[in-house]
Amino acid sequence: MSIALYRVDDRLIHGQVVVGWGQPLDAGFIVLVDNEVRASEWEQELYRMGVPPHIEVVFASIEEARRRLADWNADPRPGILLAGDIDTIAAVAGEENGIIRRVNIGGVHHRAGRSEKLRYVYLTDAEAAKLRQLAARGIEITAQDVPTARAVPLEEFV
Amino acid sequence: MSDPLRGIVVSHSGLAESLVAAVAAIAGVEGALLPVSNEGCDERALADRLTAAIGGKPAVLFVDLPGGSCLTGAARYARGKADLAVVTGVNLAMLLDFVFHRDVTPAEAAKRAADAGARAIRIPA
Repeated sequence: MSIALYRVDDRLIHGQVVVGWGQPLDAGFIVLVDNEVRASEWEQELYRMGVPPHIEVVFASIEEARRRLADWNADPRPGILLAGDIDTIAAVAGEENGIIRRVNIGGVHHRAGRSEKLRYVYLTDAEAAKLRQLAARGIEITAQDVPTARAVPLEEFV
Repeated sequence: MSDPLRGIVVSHSGLAESLVAAVAAIAGVEGALLPVSNEGCDERALADRLTAAIGGKPAVLFVDLPGGSCLTGAARYARGKADLAVVTGVNLAMLLDFVFHRDVTPAEAAKRAADAGARAIRIPA
């Protein structure tokens, strides 16, 4: 089945991911790509608490994610790959990687230097430019917090 | 004697506010609980709301779900602070028990509240 959802969400594993997307996708595994979480057992346990036992959680560094992306896409179970920011998903996608065809922007919240694009999407100019670069390479970028909401194309919010 | 503990109810959307209002309506105890919503928050903004609600005093953080952004934010905030404890799966029963048993340490109050909340989950015959 492979990875059914590549999502950028600064909350990483939380209700919208596990319930909102996990249920309709029948997710069998979640890959959380974050170098800090990868290095902390305590953080990993915290994120595992929100996931039912039938869903496997894989913690990966950016480098590990780049190496294992093809393996995860060969997995018969539907999966979700989560990145906490635009830089991380861009790094996982790499320069020549043709595996990632779609990216969902699910939650990038306000902080200094970011401006509001949608209720749940705030971006710096550099982040917006990076999304445009990904789109120019043929990756479809949409913003959508939950599956029942409309998928907003990149050109409508950047 | 120090002030009794306070409870900070941390939830998605308006749940925390409703739970706090329900406890006040049932128990008649005011000021023992404060609501914090994660609405529109990233983790930094949630931490700011927690700081304002806690006010530097000992407290128990009652979080709605055993997982998710409220828990990760609250657990990271409370980590290494002996005057804070975190309980997940908040329900009305645990809060009602808590407001009458606040002259203990945060860890003791958290344990008692978790037990009270778990006992309230039943399937009537």
